Amino acid sequence: MPTLVELKGIRKSFSGVTVLKGVDFSLNSGEVHALVGGNGAGKSTLMKILMGVYTCDEGEIMIEGSSFQFKNSLEARKAGIGMVFQEFSLIPNLTVAQNIFLTNEFTKKFGFISEKRAQKKTLEIFESMGVEIDPNAAVGGLSTALQQLTEIAKALAQNARILILDEPTSSLASDEAQALFGLIRRLQDRGLGIIYISHRMDEIFTIAQRVTVIRNGQKVMDSQTSSLGSLDVIEAIVGHKMEETLEWQKRNSQVDSKVLLSAQSVSDGKKIKDLSFELREGEILGFAGLMGSGRTEVLNMIYGITPTQHGKIFVEGKQVSLKNIQRAIGLGIALVPEDRRKYGLVLRHSVSDNLTLPSLQGLQTFGILRKDKIQNYISSMIEKFSIKAQNKKNDVVLLSGGNQQKVVIAKWFGTNPKIMMMDEPTAGVDIETKVEILNTIRKFADEGKGVLFVSSELPELLAVCDRILVLRDGEVSQDLLRENIPTEEFLQLAMQRSTHE
Amino acid sequence: MSNTFGSKASQTIRTFPWRKNTIYIAFILTLIFFSITLGDLGFNQPGNLLNIARQCSSIAVMAVMMTFVIATAEIDLSVGSVAGLSSVIAANALQSYGLVIGVAAGLSTGLVLGIITGLLVAVFKVPSFLVTLGMLGLVEGGARWYTSSLPVAIGNSTFNSIFGGGQVGPIPGLLFWSLGATFIGAFVLNHTKFGRQVLATGGSLLAAKYTGVNTAKIKFWVLVGSGVCASLAGLLYAGRLESGRFQWGQGDALSVIAAVILGGTSLFGGRGAVFGSFVGAFFIGLVNNGLILAGLDVSQQQVVQGAIIVIAVILSRKD
Repeated sequence: MPTLVELKGIRKSFSGVTVLKGVDFSLNSGEVHALVGGNGAGKSTLMKILMGVYTCDEGEIMIEGSSFQFKNSLEARKAGIGMVFQEFSLIPNLTVAQNIFLTNEFTKKFGFISEKRAQKKTLEIFESMGVEIDPNAAVGGLSTALQQLTEIAKALAQNARILILDEPTSSLASDEAQALFGLIRRLQDRGLGIIYISHRMDEIFTIAQRVTVIRNGQKVMDSQTSSLGSLDVIEAIVGHKMEETLEWQKRNSQVDSKVLLSAQSVSDGKKIKDLSFELREGEILGFAGLMGSGRTEVLNMIYGITPTQHGKIFVEGKQVSLKNIQRAIGLGIALVPEDRRKYGLVLRHSVSDNLTLPSLQGLQTFGILRKDKIQNYISSMIEKFSIKAQNKKNDVVLLSGGNQQKVVIAKWFGTNPKIMMMDEPTAGVDIETKVEILNTIRKFADEGKGVLFVSSELPELLAVCDRILVLRDGEVSQDLLRENIPTEEFLQLAMQRSTHE
Repeated sequence: MSNTFGSKASQTIRTFPWRKNTIYIAFILTLIFFSITLGDLGFNQPGNLLNIARQCSSIAVMAVMMTFVIATAEIDLSVGSVAGLSSVIAANALQSYGLVIGVAAGLSTGLVLGIITGLLVAVFKVPSFLVTLGMLGLVEGGARWYTSSLPVAIGNSTFNSIFGGGQVGPIPGLLFWSLGATFIGAFVLNHTKFGRQVLATGGSLLAAKYTGVNTAKIKFWVLVGSGVCASLAGLLYAGRLESGRFQWGQGDALSVIAAVILGGTSLFGGRGAVFGSFVGAFFIGLVNNGLILAGLDVSQQQVVQGAIIVIAVILSRKD
């Protein structure tokens, strides 16, 4: 197998801080090479150097045997490097074909753009990928999965030989992820090399042949996946032995019989139809289901974002009307939303302002905020949730993804809620932080509180939930106690089956 | 050695919060510049500086609540015309019913208009830019119609003293109004729950909402506050000029917004600096005064003011 990429001794520092301390990385033709590491380990810096966004201080970049010094990302693209961004770089109101050939348009005489040729070429690319997308559809109207495929097609249209995929499944449903894996395998057969960045162990072992782990700016592992187990990789990422937090643990306390929250055939008039469930004290109740099954919508309805159209909701035995968010919060309900940057944080405000925002009421005397109370509160939160911030006055946008998520979680725990709802709380968070978050959830439930937990990562659901509801089309299709779920495959099957009945 | 010193100095220059302090630096530099160039024209005399303080008091009072409005990522273009209408309504009520009713009538004008604007923005979700642009024309036209474009003289000397020419020792009463409003505003923005929620609403509407902030209520109250502050500014015009007139405050919205942005408040919301706004207002008064002393006419002053606004907006791009 010819070598496509060879990075040798890459060093990079930013204003005195060394981010990469001589990292080697190589990629062969026809190989899927997973690149993993905690937030801030240096993997995205390494990729940005390969993409020409940054230039390295020392080291060598070889692409297919010749040495390069990229000055910008255009040069990298010309050398055959294609990148599929986490946030897609497509323009929503242009068509698929227009996006794929943006700045690269086919021209006719006098410089007029030939839409026909672009469409034809687009169809050819899609055919080679084995997907069907209308080249004339506006990108904004496509699902996330199809947008991602368009993005890949765009890279292929530029003759990319090396494809960098950054957390490609983070917003895909599991059948869509399977389709993506199929595509990756086909591209592999055509001799492309793929660098696969992900936090998800199961995916890495499904799709990648080789895995490189970066920790603190150094390469700590470069091995064939066939010779490894996922615990080996996790240990390499974290740098020490993990307790088996990612496995199911017997909880310290029993689930109480007292019902905290109950929904009786509720619907929101849209996604949720006739849904009933009960959450007991001390219980962690998981919602599993494919995209569009109504997982997020249930949480939104209970939080008062979308109004309840039919049915009744009871909190601690009393019927309540959850008309707005303030009402829900007043009843002791909190939500850690799916998109923390959009809904969870005021990014340009400090860690301290974000932490105090929902708790200001208790931090004032006679309507005046007390600096001393705020200081104490913040220090205790930062310590309790081990939030790593250089300065609590710094804007929260400067924190790593994991620490941002800790701020969101901490700000809600600070309000002392009775019911904590969490929507994908570990998305884009490194393994160490994930473990911390899962432990926090367990501790919270041990205090007799209730947790509604939505996640598309099944191992995580299985690790913390006492009971899992499988949702389908806005209804509960199965109600499974954790001890009755033998394997992840069993749960996966339960979700799949519920769509094909 | 000199190299490390150089890099240290350059780092200090880079990390210094320029945006936050622009207005203070600009203010001092302008003051020095005018002191040197216009010193012999009487710029330096304490009487002149106090005069500037008097003239910019209305702008400064409006700038207090405008800071809140802009920090919420909204805008109020109607402040000047609300001040004008308040001045004529107060002047008429003063003549017929005396001091208390006169002042109350003036302040109620802004309260009622602020409530209307607030409801349209917070409940009916009309962008504040459009609502207040409409209000600007509507209110100014109303004031003109109501007075048939004529000034209404104010004979009540108590009123004229409290809201205008009165002094405490050598210090003009108007300065107490503008400083008082500034202190209260700064305190509310920095040390109360309401202030924090204003900043959160402007910083990220969605995140604030999801954290339980009643963002509609916040927007409503800042716009009501802006109306009341505009009324107070109208009373200060009426007291200083001993009359009510629809023209008082005409075109002030731009100066007020410029003062706020120069003062360090983010045009995109989420950051607010009430003291900065006060200095911004004083700065604009200072420049106008200097230009008048230098012999520039109204049209030339307008050009300079426009330039200041453009600079203010460029500065705010750096947030």
